[in-house]
Amino acid sequence: MTKEPITVIAEKCVGCKLCIKACPFGAIEVKDKLAVIDLARCTLCGACVEACKFGAIELDKKAVPSRDLSAYRNVWIFAEQREGKIQSITYELLGEGRKLADQLKMQLAAVLLGHEVRAKVSELTSRGADMVYVVDRPELAHFQDESYAAALIELITRHKPCIMLCGATTIGRSLVSRVAVTVKAGLTADCTGLAIDPETKNLLQTRPAFGGNIMATIITPNHRPQMATVRHKVMKEAMFEPGRTGRSVIEEIAAEILKSRTQRLKFMPEVETTMNIAEANMIVSGGRGLQAPENFSLVRDLAAVLGAGVGSSRAAVDAGWIPYSHQVGQTGKTVCPKIYMACGISGQIQHLAGMSSSDIIVAINKDPEAPIFKYATYGIVGDLFKILPLLTAEFKKVLAK
Amino acid sequence: MHIVVCIKQVPDTADVKIDPKTNTLIREGVASVINPFDMYAIEEAIRIKEKKGGKVTVLSMGPPQAESALREAISMGADSAVLLSDRAFAGSDTWATSYTLSMALRKLFPFQLVICGKQASDGDTAQVGPGMAAHLDLPQITYVRKIEEIADDHIVAERLLEDGTEVIRSPLPCLLTVVKEINEPRIPSLKGKLAAKKAQITVWKSADLGCDPAGLGLDGSPTKVVKIFNPPPRAGGEMLKGEPDEVVRQLVAKLKDAVVAASSV
Ligand SMILES: Cc1cc2nc3c(=O)[nH]c(=O)nc-3n(C[C@H](O)[C@H](O)[C@H](O)COP(=O)(O)OP(=O)(O)OC[C@H]3O[C@@H](n4cnc5c(N)ncnc54)[C@H](O)[C@@H]3O)c2cc1C
Ligand SMILES: Nc1ncnc2c1ncn2[C@@H]1O[C@H](COP(=O)(O)O)[C@@H](O)[C@H]1O
Repeated sequence: MTKEPITVIAEKCVGCKLCIKACPFGAIEVKDKLAVIDLARCTLCGACVEACKFGAIELDKKAVPSRDLSAYRNVWIFAEQREGKIQSITYELLGEGRKLADQLKMQLAAVLLGHEVRAKVSELTSRGADMVYVVDRPELAHFQDESYAAALIELITRHKPCIMLCGATTIGRSLVSRVAVTVKAGLTADCTGLAIDPETKNLLQTRPAFGGNIMATIITPNHRPQMATVRHKVMKEAMFEPGRTGRSVIEEIAAEILKSRTQRLKFMPEVETTMNIAEANMIVSGGRGLQAPENFSLVRDLAAVLGAGVGSSRAAVDAGWIPYSHQVGQTGKTVCPKIYMACGISGQIQHLAGMSSSDIIVAINKDPEAPIFKYATYGIVGDLFKILPLLTAEFKKVLAK
Repeated sequence: MHIVVCIKQVPDTADVKIDPKTNTLIREGVASVINPFDMYAIEEAIRIKEKKGGKVTVLSMGPPQAESALREAISMGADSAVLLSDRAFAGSDTWATSYTLSMALRKLFPFQLVICGKQASDGDTAQVGPGMAAHLDLPQITYVRKIEEIADDHIVAERLLEDGTEVIRSPLPCLLTVVKEINEPRIPSLKGKLAAKKAQITVWKSADLGCDPAGLGLDGSPTKVVKIFNPPPRAGGEMLKGEPDEVVRQLVAKLKDAVVAASSV
């Protein structure tokens, strides 16, 4: 019989139950003073191995590199652009990528795919990229999964990066999931922390799971590139450095490779919003407490004064008060703004899943017991119909100065 | 038309409570449900079947108890169900999961559509759908909010992006991932529930799929989890007290600098 990947050493286990507390998956029981792991639930995450004070749990992780990975060099970021405009997530990736590249003593490269985008190279080199791989082709004028994936796969195969970062945006996640499978790379989704392990030089990728209720650190020991998508607004944007330049490398890719079976027929811009909430630095959100669709204007007015995006709870979306694209939470969007204001939102776990990592959370709710107050940096117990107009007026006054 | 829906069984978040003392998840006795986004995938498949005829197969990889998720899908109107369950699959990351599922999809071929949820509520990766499309070299349309047209050989669908909606046409077979906006999942009928009770769930193991063992489970997973921990607790909040105009002034004073900083980026 083959050895199980995780085993409890009976002689060492004292039945102290520390491992039960540590297990995020409820996969451990203690029976007759011996820990028993339910392999059907266990995901081999190793939390119990770390928690055990007696070294009684053994996990066969095969963490030693089994392949020579030295051919893979440099840190890459995917430069997301839409309609030729470099997206802010790209600057965040450059900022983070620069740090990692410096620690590894490697170069930072940006990959720019699009049509008539060559003029954008300097926007990337002036913010930290040492070089920019450009594929400039009509087939790439708009993001299409297949042609973008094919181009990226081709470049990775040609130049072998060590790390490849991409925004955890809709485009980013759709794209690199395809790429990672084809090049057999490890891919970690929606990271909020990246660091280099000083010993192994592996990329330590930290991300929230279970709607932000637990955090996991993930490595890719035996495969390159180490790929990760990075959550918006978590990493600091790279600063513009006047005079900083870099190399532009124009890559030729055969038309055959860039073919796409899907075809973009048209694009309908979102009418309701002026701002994409995933990118917003500030969000004012409204929930069922607004009581009627027309009252969303209270939230919109405050957002307008602040220059903030407008968010909402699912209850407000389901009631038809605001389009789904504004929904924050488990079945909506995950956001991470500097300031999140929840107005008339109770703060159920599914809503918290989408916003609990915001820097400052403000809650306005008439119910002092509302769960949102447990997460709020500043809480106001009160009637939003009174508070919001006052708040809008006061901000207008103060910000005008 | 043959449609395969990939569903995952996940812990019910509505059931998950936070321990107020330790701020950690209480998982004991937490019920399992179908991943919320996958409910929309099942519903959409059934609606297409009702319009165009054909059959819906639900596919899940997971422990034996994931059978109950498959039965629930049958109660909604799916015709047959396949469970991929094998100890060799344990510890799979999204690479290995999408590989294993894609091997089952090969066996279920011919199909015209594969429908997935946007993402699973436990892992939140949104990687498995496009991953399967890559393994099978299928075109994909992600974040579908509406199907505008479906014919025997092609589909036109609306895809929800951050700044608007894209209308995309793809030949079939094709893989979709769907968001909540696409429909309202139905409540199973009594007849559906009876059918679910009687349904035969096919179980496939690694050997049934002809998988390369190197692509499975922990060995087939390029990523390894090295640490799991609780998020740092949020710094203690402050309740602002007083009359409305008083608390509003307090709040604005506290937020002013942060607002100015946030708008200058
Ligand atoms: C599978 C699943 C997925 C879900 N996904 C999401 C998701 O992605 N996002 C999400 O938000 N929810 C989600 N939910 C729903 C979630 O559980 C809650 O039902 C929802 O978030 C509640 O929205 P709410 O806070 O606006 O409404 P309520 O919970 O009804 O809260 C309204 C609040 O307004 C306050 N209020 C009322 N009047 C006033 C007033 N005059 N002044 C001030 N305060 C007032 C009340 O005290 C109350 O706290 C999901 C649920 C499930 C089961
Ligand atoms: N174990 C699984 N079995 C079947 N389908 C799955 C499984 N894991 C993920 N999926 C599908 O892939 C989608 C995205 O999941 P994820 O990449 O884990 O966020 C889900 O909504 C399901 O449709």
